[in-house]
Parts: sequence; structure tokens; C-alpha cells
Amino acid sequence: MTTVINLPPSLDEKTFEVVLEQLAPVPIDEKVLLDGRHTRWASPYGLTALLTVAQTRAEKPALVAPEAEETGSYWARTGFFKYAEELFEMHGTVHRARASGESDVLLEITPVAKSEDVHEVVGRIQQKSSAILVKELNIDAKATMGFAMTLSEACQNIVEHAGRGGWVAVQTYRWQKRLGRRVVVIAVCDAGVGFRQSLESAQGRRMSDRWDDGMALEEAVIRGVSRFRDPGRGQGLAGVRRYIGRWDGKLSVRSGTARIAIVPSWDEDVPLEEKLPPFPGAQMQITIPERITDR
Amino acid sequence: MINHIDLSTVLRRTVCDLYSDLVTRPTGAAVRDGIEKQLSELGDRSLTVIDFSHVGLLDYSCADEIVAKLLMRYADDSAPRDAYFLFRGVSDSHLDAIETVLERHGLAIVAQADDGSVMLVGTLDDPERRAWEAMNKLGRSMSADLAREAGIAPEQVERVLGALCKRRLAMELDGGYVAVGAVT
Repeated sequence: MTTVINLPPSLDEKTFEVVLEQLAPVPIDEKVLLDGRHTRWASPYGLTALLTVAQTRAEKPALVAPEAEETGSYWARTGFFKYAEELFEMHGTVHRARASGESDVLLEITPVAKSEDVHEVVGRIQQKSSAILVKELNIDAKATMGFAMTLSEACQNIVEHAGRGGWVAVQTYRWQKRLGRRVVVIAVCDAGVGFRQSLESAQGRRMSDRWDDGMALEEAVIRGVSRFRDPGRGQGLAGVRRYIGRWDGKLSVRSGTARIAIVPSWDEDVPLEEKLPPFPGAQMQITIPERITDR
Repeated sequence: MINHIDLSTVLRRTVCDLYSDLVTRPTGAAVRDGIEKQLSELGDRSLTVIDFSHVGLLDYSCADEIVAKLLMRYADDSAPRDAYFLFRGVSDSHLDAIETVLERHGLAIVAQADDGSVMLVGTLDDPERRAWEAMNKLGRSMSADLAREAGIAPEQVERVLGALCKRRLAMELDGGYVAVGAVT
């Protein structure tokens, strides 16, 4: 039996919950078909999270590619199909990426599993992002190094804690509805052990009575707690938080059944959501908005 | 003896000859091992310039592995040798990562700017900072002179100077004290 999971027209961090709600009751060894025919847009989070869905299934899932030419071509430009073809049984038109000059894709979807991958990601983002961050997002030239540091630490979360590989992608786009400004978005998604299990693996760690995914996220993201006893650990996410604070950005991390967010004034998200449909690993999104300067 | 370690050379030699960024913990740990290997070939007492000039990006994890762990090892009572460090070629973005990890561990370093001037970076209490600045101004000095210059009570100055030496920010030399950075 195959269960059909409908992908929403716009696939992003929020609407991905619709996918997970449909997926949650389906046993992992049961075949699923993700129907993306009517999907018209996807954020880096939507695409990287979609790849992690395939990693969680015992039976190779099927995916129907978007029907819209423009959408399929964009998904190809992000490098999505390169990995999707390995993980999914593909249906519909799978577009091939064509070389193009200007692109809003700062970093194509890139697998991250080991330290060398982080070096690769950081090297590539520095080449491409500097001019865009300065010219399009009005971010201080000096801060572009901080952007690469943030990306590095976010990716290392996979290398250090996930226990299996994940994906990263970076893109800029105009966030007309919510913000009316350009944003740069980093998505880092994996289907590994997740924050709760990672912290539980710490030797000698005592769990409180209300220990759950939400509390694990609070510990790791807000208080910088790590599974390692080394006091220098936990600085990566603290660094990410500092960077987004400096540039009025947003950080959100989903793990297990909870999602935590550092919410800037321009957004109306809630700081903590619990009792979400369960999903393995950790899915992170960092959003840095265009800086408004007094002219 | 003053030793010079170019971190980009250590990075290429120990991790990958294509890299110029100090990112990830395994990279930082490998570079620190490379530094320690070089230190083990020096005498019992050494001052080493750790040069960041040709390093691109330094992230928090790597700063923790290289700067913080190196300092903690040599500030410990069980340190393998009497080693001191001066950090050179540190850019603003490097400083961001380094200051963060130093604050986390309550450590401090001496960094040298392009014009040769030196400054303290990290966590120090007020008497320590004043004593180090007095030492940097006066050059090699006796504790009584430093107490007077820094405005520290004579009965407290030895403790403050001892703490600076233990923290690798100053060294005892010929019966006096000298700031790291003032002897290069």
C-alpha cells in the first residue's frame, strides 16, 4: 500500500508541518508518495527538509516533481534533483540544472557529513556571498565573515551531533509579504538523533521530570548546553545567536516534536512550539533581513 | 627563545594543503597538535608568536580548540613546559571568535597589532590589567616599581604578578617581571 502525501503549494518552514502531519501516522516501512505536482515555490528549508524525509523511510519513497516549468527549473538550479534522484523514486519531469550567470542561490543544496564538507561549504560561500550581502542586504563588509562563521557552526551541528549526514542550502530572496525586504536564508537539516537524544547521551547527565524535546532545545539553543563535558562546547549555537542578534535576524530550530525560535521584532512567530508531529533529527533555519539604513 | 608559528602553514601541513580557513573542531585540534609538536622541539622555556596573518576565517569551534585549549594546557600546573604566546595578525573577525572563547573560559591573551603595539584581549580583573599595562610601559621591572606604577598595594602585587605569569601574560626574567609582547 502506498500513502500519498500532498506537498503544499508553498513549501517552507511553516507549511512543512503539513507534510509531517500527514507523514507521522504512516509506519516507516510503508511506501509513501510525496506529491509535489502543485507545489509552486519552496524555500531552502523546504527542499533540504524534503531530502531528510527520504532518509527517515525504510522503503524508498516516491516523489512527483512540480508540474510548473519555472518551479522545476528552480529546484534543479538549487541542486535538489541531484540528491532527490538518489533518495526518491522520481516521477514527473525532472529538470536538469543549466549554467546561469546571476543566481539568487548562494549555496546549492550541499551534503554535510564530515569536517571536510564544512570547509567546502565555507570556502564556496565566501566566494559568492560577500558582494551580495554587501550590495543587496546592506550588511557591513566585515560582517560577511560572521555570516560564514554562522554557516560553519550551523553545519557543524550535523557533523558533531546528528550521527548521520544532512544538507545545507543558502539563498536570497525578496520576502514581500512579511517583510517587504530581501533576506538571506540558511537552512541546515538532518534526520539524525536530534537534540534530546544527543543531550541524553551525555555521561552522568540528570534529566528533570519534564524532560522533552522542547526542554532539550531550550538547553542547547538558549543555554548552550552540549552532550560533551568539555566546557568549551556549546559555543557554536551561542555564536549563531549572537550573529542573528546583531543583524536583527531570526533563528529557528525544530527537533523531535518541538520547535524553538529567537524571534525578531519584524516576525510574529512563537518562541516555542511543542506537540508537533514527530520527526527525527534537527532542522534549522537562519534568516538575515536586508538592513534598512537612514539615507 | 622566540619561535614563530604561521597558522596557515600548520593548517596546510596538518590538515589539507588547499585550506585557508580555520573551521571545525577536528581542524582546530589537528592544528593545536601541530603547534604542540613544534613547541616540544623547543627548550624548557619559550615565547611563541602565533601568526594568524594568512588565515581566512576562524570560527568559534576552531578558536576554542586552538587558542583556548592551548592556553589552558600551558597555564595548568601540569604544563609540559614553560611556554608563552603572542598572537599576531589577528583581524577583527578573528578577534570576534577569539574574544568569545576567552570570555567563556575566563582566559586572556596578548595580541600584537600591525604597528607592533600590543594589547590584552579577554578576561582580566582590574589589578591584573593595571599591573600588565604598567609592565608594558616600564619594560622589565621589579615588583615594587610595578606596584607603584599600577597603584597596587605592595603586599598584593606579588600575587597579581604571579597570576599574570601563570596566565601566560607575563614572565619572570632575571629577578624582575616583563609583559609578554614587550620582549619581542
